Amino acid sequence: MSDKQITTAPEPIAATDHEKLVRDNYGWMLVLARDIVGDHALAEDVVQEALINAVRGLDKFKQRSRLQTWLRRITINQAITKLRQLDRIAEEEFDEYQPEFDKLDCRIEAKWATLPTPERILEQQGTQALIEQAFAKLPESYRLVVRLRDIEGYDTREVAELLSVSENNVKVRLHRARAALKKLLEPVLRREDSKEKPL
Amino acid sequence: MTELFQSLRRRMKGLMLKFMPGMITCREFESFIVDYLDNTLEAEQRTLFERHIRLCRECREYLAAYQASNALSATLKSSPDDQVPDSVPQDLVDAVLAARQDQE
Repeated sequence: MSDKQITTAPEPIAATDHEKLVRDNYGWMLVLARDIVGDHALAEDVVQEALINAVRGLDKFKQRSRLQTWLRRITINQAITKLRQLDRIAEEEFDEYQPEFDKLDCRIEAKWATLPTPERILEQQGTQALIEQAFAKLPESYRLVVRLRDIEGYDTREVAELLSVSENNVKVRLHRARAALKKLLEPVLRREDSKEKPL
Repeated sequence: MTELFQSLRRRMKGLMLKFMPGMITCREFESFIVDYLDNTLEAEQRTLFERHIRLCRECREYLAAYQASNALSATLKSSPDDQVPDSVPQDLVDAVLAARQDQE
């Protein structure tokens, strides 16, 4: 047996390890599931199903060092399955907070003299709450795409597979959601008391 | 007067971007943004996009604000610790362990 095989081979799993896995990871998995399905009771169902899938598949999971990443994926998959069962994946109409153009397709955008760095904005009190409020104004199917692409780091193809939609549909939803967030976050981005960099 | 000047200036720019070869309109620019930021634009589209950025103040500033806003929304990943529940429901632990035993 090579060294590589020795380091990647899983050790036998005791029943107490399953309970430890549940107790160690329940909390953050619940928060993640709640962020996606938006409801505590639903999130509990999601986490229970995710943990059942995890303990059933644990014997086959060889990269123990990446356990949290693996559990994160299982939780997200389970949350999306739940949303699909509830018919909450379908695209909704969303025309609000989009950029404006004139008759010649020229952008209408108030001048930005300066733009604070995101780090500087985040130092300001209340910024996080404002970001959460802006995020909450997006329709669910758009919020989900931003979460998967920009927060969880999935690529367009992976999101399309997870949601069973085309890659183009993912890009359209992502862009509309980001454009809306940009408009909703303008009061924060244009705040005068931030340290700014010239554009 | 300034408003009139701005309107005229935008109209001139709009005509140039719409009808001159090698140009794209702001609306077309908008449809390229996701691919541009993912670095998946084809070479020709990338050239058109980057030329537009140089010529159009509105789109240049819009894109910078769009990217700043993306950076802000990406910080939502870390939920505050106080949202994490302290204890695990015993019935959930039992259900998970029972499901595992059923499998065995």
